[in-house]
Amino acid sequence: MPGPSDPGFDTLALHAGAAPDPATGARAVPIHLSTSFVFESSEHAASLFNMERSGHVYSRISNPTNAVLEERIAALEGGVGAIATASGQAALHLAISTLAGAGSHIVASSALYGGSHNLLDYTLRRFGIATTFVKPGAIDAWREAIRPETRLLFGETLGNPGLDVLDIPTVAAIAHDAKLPLLVDSTFTPPWLLKPFDHGADLVFHSATKFLSGHGTVVGGLLVDSGQFDWAASRRFPELSEPYAGFHGMVFAEESTTGAFLLRARREGLRDFGACMSPHTAWLILQGIETLPLRMERHVANTRKLVDFLAAHPMVARVGYPELPSHPDHILAKRLLPRGCGAVFSFDLKGSRTQGKAFIEALKIFSHLANVGDCRSLVIHPATTTHFRMDDAALARAGIGPGTIRLSIGLEDADDLIDDLKRALRAAEKAGA
Amino acid sequence: MELQVQGRRAYAYTGGKPFDAALPTVVFLHGALNDHSVWTLPARWLAHHGHAVLAVDEPGHGRSEGPPLDSVEALSEWTLALLDAAGAREAAFVGHSMGSLIALEAAARPPARARRLVMVGTAYPMKVSDALFKTAREAPLKAIDLVNSLSVSTHASKPGHPGPGTWLHGANRALMRRMQAGQPQINLFEHDFGVCDRYANGLQAAAAVACPVHFVLGSADQMTAPKVTREIATALKARVHTLPSGHCLMQEAPDGVLNALRAALA
Repeated sequence: MPGPSDPGFDTLALHAGAAPDPATGARAVPIHLSTSFVFESSEHAASLFNMERSGHVYSRISNPTNAVLEERIAALEGGVGAIATASGQAALHLAISTLAGAGSHIVASSALYGGSHNLLDYTLRRFGIATTFVKPGAIDAWREAIRPETRLLFGETLGNPGLDVLDIPTVAAIAHDAKLPLLVDSTFTPPWLLKPFDHGADLVFHSATKFLSGHGTVVGGLLVDSGQFDWAASRRFPELSEPYAGFHGMVFAEESTTGAFLLRARREGLRDFGACMSPHTAWLILQGIETLPLRMERHVANTRKLVDFLAAHPMVARVGYPELPSHPDHILAKRLLPRGCGAVFSFDLKGSRTQGKAFIEALKIFSHLANVGDCRSLVIHPATTTHFRMDDAALARAGIGPGTIRLSIGLEDADDLIDDLKRALRAAEKAGA
Repeated sequence: MELQVQGRRAYAYTGGKPFDAALPTVVFLHGALNDHSVWTLPARWLAHHGHAVLAVDEPGHGRSEGPPLDSVEALSEWTLALLDAAGAREAAFVGHSMGSLIALEAAARPPARARRLVMVGTAYPMKVSDALFKTAREAPLKAIDLVNSLSVSTHASKPGHPGPGTWLHGANRALMRRMQAGQPQINLFEHDFGVCDRYANGLQAAAAVACPVHFVLGSADQMTAPKVTREIATALKARVHTLPSGHCLMQEAPDGVLNALRAALA
């Protein structure tokens, strides 16, 4: 039947979670740089602490500016809510620490951001949480790696740096068959490109530092809950379905049928680990999200032009972008990412390490640094930077060669970016002469 | 807490404190495709301020065993049986939308067991369009999205329910989808909206209600518009509290609902 529908993506990117400030009439979201919020009375204070009322007490737990950002990303992802964190790494840690403890096990993609790999393979092992890594496309391996103590499956929507496309529907089905949730890092695919919840993922996190902020100014993370996973029915998550002594015996799955995960993550994870986001950071990320649809369209358009240029260049051995038929996940990408495969990709330069160094040093517009998703174009050599802790075998497993160069394509004129690459490729060629 | 009601397992959220039948009891009744969790904030407040709370999952919803009951009258009998199972003789009945009709009918049934009747986001008659029934039969998820759009009046409800950072549109949709998926044998959307649509005993029930009655209405409610309450409000001599909210009053205006409940239960 015809009738009203929810607003579209672009409208939500501007309005979700926000309205003119009732106190001042301010149209833009105010930055509430206040550690704490005045209670109306002793009774009001007690009821806020005891979750009898909703409201803000202390900005480590919640803040009005952060709440707008949390609602906005939840709206864009199609979730029930979100938590803003100090970084993407903090968001990943918050997700895991809410669901897992000593003795728990995770099944994760082997094609992960180096920082995520470090957390899982080194740091969390020290706290008794083990991880089995599987190639993201090895579907049977996901299923076979699940143990009785497994608590979640985890992968990146586009693996770093090879852009392996995670088969979210299939991996989610494997997770759900085992009564487990699927957590995905969607940093490379903001919701304008892909909404993992529509394909079966249960939890999504972003390094909002990247495309969501979009301007390379702040570090932050966002953890979003789909509200679709039934924690109580799973019977694998007593943290959510049984009384929690740390909050007066609260059973989070009874308090909120669809928001139990976020309640515990906020009431325990933010409270105790404290990796919260600054309201100023939240405001800057909101500014970025307001233009996310416009920026992503341009990011993808520029990326396609540069991919085409590099794929045809004689100094380039391989371009790893899933829209190319040569990419192993091309067909899957066409299905899951019809709007584009983002603006980060890698290519292999023909020649030596010296030539690779010459290439990077000849670039004038691309900035050599450790980030992606900036409005400015960026370049990095993963083997010597983001993945330097990996030995050659681990690098190979992650699809990284010694000559692999990763680009993050910005919003500049595409012709200027191509000219910059031409200059650097000539420099690389001369260095090998 | 779990109870046996009419031979089946029933769940009631007690507000974070053990149920004590010696205290004044408040029964919360949810609307179509909802469960107890729409009430958790006021239920917690009342449980920690001298009340015994039973925020129920109606049969076939959430944690209560099905099948769903197919009339407001049957659901009101079930509610009174739940009171018996909990050991409470009388109660304040607080209902939202479909639950408000159950509360009305429960309050009207002899012998009188209602101390108060609070009808939130209510209307009588609560008719449902043929077009919505058709959509519900053919594409229930689409019908859920439609009702969700009509139920939430703002993109910036503050403070969030159950806490900051909750996107009310998404939370409401996820809850309805969860309830719909929980009854794979039937179309719960069609069932619940049918329960609302068929109820025709409102004015007779109103004549039998002897306790004080309060209405809590949303000024921007498109599901149960305030103008559709006039006749039943007059019949019940109800005190009307109007809040700036859509149909999801407990989520959009949690403090306003709590204040109205405190006034109603005082």
